Amino acid sequence: MLSKKNLWWVLAAAVFALFPLVVTNPLYTTIGVFTVIYMACATSWNMFSGYSGYIALGSAVFYGSGAYTMALLSIHLHMAAGSSQFWLVPVGGLVAMAFAAPIGWIALRVRRHTFVVITIAVFFIFQLAAINFGFTGGTSGLNLPFITWGFQNYNTPFYYVGLILVVFATLLSMAVRRSRFGLQLLAIRDDEDRALGLGVKVSAVKITGFTMSAFTVGMAGALYALFVGQIYPQFVFDPMFDVSIALMTFLGGLGTLTGPLLGALILEASQQYLTVTFSNGSLYLILFGALFLIVIIFMPQGIVVYLRDRVTKRVERERAAVAANDIASPDVALGGAR
Amino acid sequence: MTTLLSASGVSRAFGGLQALSLCNLDVEKGSITGLIGPNGSGKTTLFNVITGYVKPDAGTVTFNGQNITNARPDAVFSLGVGRTFQLTRIFSRISVLENMLIATQHDESWLRGLLRSKSSKTEVDNAMELLDFVGIAKLADLQAGALSYGQRKLLELAYVLVADPDVILLDEPAGGVNLTLINGIAEKIRTLNKAGKTFLIVEHNMEFVMSLCDSVTVMHQGSNLVTGTPAEVRANPLVLDAYLGGGDDGEDDLREAVASA
Ligand SMILES: Nc1ncnc2c1ncn2[C@@H]1O[C@H](COP(=O)(O)OP(=O)(O)OP(=O)(O)O)[C@@H](O)[C@H]1O
Ligand SMILES: [Mg+2]
Repeated sequence: MLSKKNLWWVLAAAVFALFPLVVTNPLYTTIGVFTVIYMACATSWNMFSGYSGYIALGSAVFYGSGAYTMALLSIHLHMAAGSSQFWLVPVGGLVAMAFAAPIGWIALRVRRHTFVVITIAVFFIFQLAAINFGFTGGTSGLNLPFITWGFQNYNTPFYYVGLILVVFATLLSMAVRRSRFGLQLLAIRDDEDRALGLGVKVSAVKITGFTMSAFTVGMAGALYALFVGQIYPQFVFDPMFDVSIALMTFLGGLGTLTGPLLGALILEASQQYLTVTFSNGSLYLILFGALFLIVIIFMPQGIVVYLRDRVTKRVERERAAVAANDIASPDVALGGAR
Repeated sequence: MTTLLSASGVSRAFGGLQALSLCNLDVEKGSITGLIGPNGSGKTTLFNVITGYVKPDAGTVTFNGQNITNARPDAVFSLGVGRTFQLTRIFSRISVLENMLIATQHDESWLRGLLRSKSSKTEVDNAMELLDFVGIAKLADLQAGALSYGQRKLLELAYVLVADPDVILLDEPAGGVNLTLINGIAEKIRTLNKAGKTFLIVEHNMEFVMSLCDSVTVMHQGSNLVTGTPAEVRANPLVLDAYLGGGDDGEDDLREAVASA
């Protein structure tokens, strides 16, 4: 039997699976494609940064590596434009991981705040490299072979592949959360030195998590490149990419499973919608900023945690249990002054 | 009696401040050893050196005859040296039970952690048994950050016990908790000691130390000043001088302890 919680997952999956069958206007299915891409990226980002508390702001490096992998391999392997190119999506993910491992090895030698700065620095190195290297096409970018399936249903395959990435990222994140490894990431978030003193191999755990989270982001970048058909360094190595996925995750709930999914759904869909309907590229930034402030002030742990705590009355329950235990066993009476 | 844990000639400076200078300490297997001394005399720093959190400038630390000087905290822990912190450190945003599970993998390779679930049935049973032992089993599913101060102290003691270390270093287990809990904690320590665990305890509460410990070392300005049975330490005039000279808050406790001797 389905539990109530699983029922919600199934319902949500059904809505997403049916979306392009119900909504056929390419304007909206395009929004759908970008939304699933960001849902996958935010979920994958959260699997490391959310669980470990190490906020990475250079994931565009992996997104860009995936995108360039797709473009360069499509061009140099003389691939026929079409669905066979989708096989390059996981290759993009693997290339992203190959970059992530050494970057993680260097960046994770330092603690949180310095780590953020290093990831930003690495990001700019990659952006500059993409602009200046010959094989990347520099600022004029790269054109992928032109896909010729019809305009009307052009978006549908991209949407479904993107949805597969979302499912993959979510299942992986779920598996990590249930594994010993995931528990170690959470322990690192709460008190890294203490975890080390309890035998957790913190360096290996952090580098592994960082590298794993690059996989789906790289795949998403590859899918993006195939979808838009043209890539430019400033768009695939875009600082707004990292700001966006971090904002989405914070909005939904950092370190939760559903938070990044919900955050990306809300922010990416509304951003694309506003851009399309008002054809004003910067309007959404103002709304983003305002929304973000509201959330940070009123529900600093994100929407999901806020709602869950209210529904389960967590604080009240905890207080009662803690107090009851103190009474039940006089051994454990509340600590007072010495 | 054999020496289980020993520090010899350990020195460590922080900038111009000599926190430890040529400090020696032996912990006999099966003992409850006390480590006392005025504030700032270097007790916590010695703990940090032993457990790998701070590197000594000079000296050696041996455990079970093995040189563990400069070993990293995870390695020291895996060998069988567990500790608690003066300011209690728990993992506040995971559950109490999950706190207990973290120490269970100390001898597993990190790769294994990727492939296994966060707990096995035996691990959970063992964790619950220990939580029950310290009296907070009913709180297993709570987020650890919700615990009261005393409960946190008990949780920290319990999750160190999970890995079944040979020696446990406690940094002020009675600090900031009420009398009932202090007695409770002393009782747990006695029980565990009877079952064969060795303890090294830093504590300002003299009654606690004097009633519990087999041997007490007094530290003063980064060195070991006096070592002996509680009665010997009480009777030693150097000890009172150290406390009085240090202008320390443990002074009154010690006076009382000396007076009641
Ligand atoms: N990481 C550090 N950096 C600089 N100074 C330090 C550091 N750790 C300890 N000290 C200094 O070393 C001295 C010894 O400190 P330590 O914490 O070992 O004393 P203690 O005996 O544990 O005192 P207390 O009873 O107050 O806990 C103190 O003067 C302290 O300020
Ligand atoms: Mg101390």
